[in-house]
Amino acid sequence: MKDLSLEGSAKTPTIDFKSEGELLIKGRSIPENSIEFYKPLIDWISEYSDNPKGQTLVNIQLEYFNTSSSKCILDVFKKLESISESEVSIKWFYEEDDEDMLEAGEDYEAIIDLKFEMIEVEEL
Amino acid sequence: MDAFNLYSQMERDDVLIAFKGSITSELLTSILQIMETKMEDLHEAPRTRKKVFNVLVECLQNLYHHIDEFEVEGSALEVSEKKSAIFSISRNFECYNIVTGNFVSTENVEKLTNRINMVNGLTREELKAYYKKILNNGEISEKGGGGLGFIDIAKKSGEKLEYSIREIDENYSFFTLTVKIAQN
Repeated sequence: MKDLSLEGSAKTPTIDFKSEGELLIKGRSIPENSIEFYKPLIDWISEYSDNPKGQTLVNIQLEYFNTSSSKCILDVFKKLESISESEVSIKWFYEEDDEDMLEAGEDYEAIIDLKFEMIEVEEL
Repeated sequence: MDAFNLYSQMERDDVLIAFKGSITSELLTSILQIMETKMEDLHEAPRTRKKVFNVLVECLQNLYHHIDEFEVEGSALEVSEKKSAIFSISRNFECYNIVTGNFVSTENVEKLTNRINMVNGLTREELKAYYKKILNNGEISEKGGGGLGFIDIAKKSGEKLEYSIREIDENYSFFTLTVKIAQN
């Protein structure tokens, strides 16, 4: 299957989903219409889950996201959670002074049954 | 037209940006960009910058989605007038103030104020729990954050949401929301 790669914009994150089993969401996710933006991502994961790699690593490096994206991000995690033949782990990056972003990661960790690792960095 | 009174008023209120008119996606992109640059120029702490940016996104997108869904009957002029909104962002030594104003149907006022009063009645821990619950239950509309907006604004600003309602006529009221974000 093809990789999914989208360049980031003022309101949407950079997407780099590799069929090799490495997925990246990076930047800011504040579009007015999040469902439209996230649909191709969910579709890609759906296709990937038919024939996944043994291990899937997901890197989330978000600087900002709006509440409309928060539900879509949850949908991405739920889709990843449903992949049965791969060990999926999430690396959730946040900047050192950004307790809101850490908290957001912990919220997802509490809801989703996947391995999360919270990683503090100086700058995203 | 003498703009000096308006200028003085804005100067007195420490206004950084103010706008009245229709709220488009392009407008929001520009406003957010301008605010990011301003906060950089003002050497705000990264924590303040993030809080203000996050809360601003929610407040302005609230306006954007509300106006999109808000049904107005009448002439084209009346529709455009009622779908117009106002916002201002100001800053003093203590805090940032984000003020938004828009028309709402009078019949929806009670629902709106109940919702804000409910959010204002929650402690920080309760807000966190409530946010998680709404997020997970997926009670979210097609377009917006559907209810997560006010919770997120209260959670991130760390302050109660201030609002006022002014009745315009039997059908419409004007809703003002003021959000404070303390510096540091």
